[in-house]
Amino acid sequence: MSTPRPRIRLSANEISAGQVIDVRTLISHTMETGNRRDGSGNVIPRNIIHTFRAEFDGQLVFECAMEPAISANPYMQFNVAPPHSGTLTLTWLGDDGMEVTATEEITVT
Amino acid sequence: MSVELNRRQALMGAGALVALGAVGVPAPARAANDAQERLMAFTGGVQPQVGRVMLDMPEIAENGNTVPMHIRVDSPMTPEDHVQKVLVLADGNPQSGVATFHFSPMAGVAEANTRIRLGGTQNVMAVAQMSDGSFHMGSFEVRVTIGGCGG
Repeated sequence: MSTPRPRIRLSANEISAGQVIDVRTLISHTMETGNRRDGSGNVIPRNIIHTFRAEFDGQLVFECAMEPAISANPYMQFNVAPPHSGTLTLTWLGDDGMEVTATEEITVT
Repeated sequence: MSVELNRRQALMGAGALVALGAVGVPAPARAANDAQERLMAFTGGVQPQVGRVMLDMPEIAENGNTVPMHIRVDSPMTPEDHVQKVLVLADGNPQSGVATFHFSPMAGVAEANTRIRLGGTQNVMAVAQMSDGSFHMGSFEVRVTIGGCGG
């Protein structure tokens, strides 16, 4: 499976101090639950994104430990109130060793 | 004659189930999963207080493969007073665990939106652990038209 590119949307990349930014993310992934069987009756092994993490300048903002009940092509929305300008780093980690990272620059005036 | 009786019995049975649903009692005949064990493991055996955790979902989900879930916890999110973790469980899925959300005060608001799989009508519960060690919870019953656990 090729590494998926996430889609990210911030309500604003430039804010005043104290404002809260709405972050919306979407990534392509089948999120195979491990509950399904193929045509021959064999269990299709679990293969999901198990962790989504958001850090700002290295500090954890938000993290979701995901289980198979999260839908395919996981959508994740959260908020961040950065205290100063810096970089928001988003990371998705999968069962098969998948690791996807994306960054967004935020300016706080 | 026997076919007609069976049909009437089936309709009465279905009517009884619908009546139960109208009163808000979750449909029976669904084996209990590990929701209770997961809840107690998360809180260390403490029964959470009901409140402060808002779980907003559709009352009727047409497609159990992707059901929107909105969680918001009432908290100032200051270093002195904030939500640390929120565990989400679904009591009617093959496995109860849905997700665990971790928040820091820099999140500003203890809120998250995602989409989840529900295999049938059931209760979704969100249990929050606060920075002062207390536990609070909210729940929401979602009626699912077509289940989505792929089983």
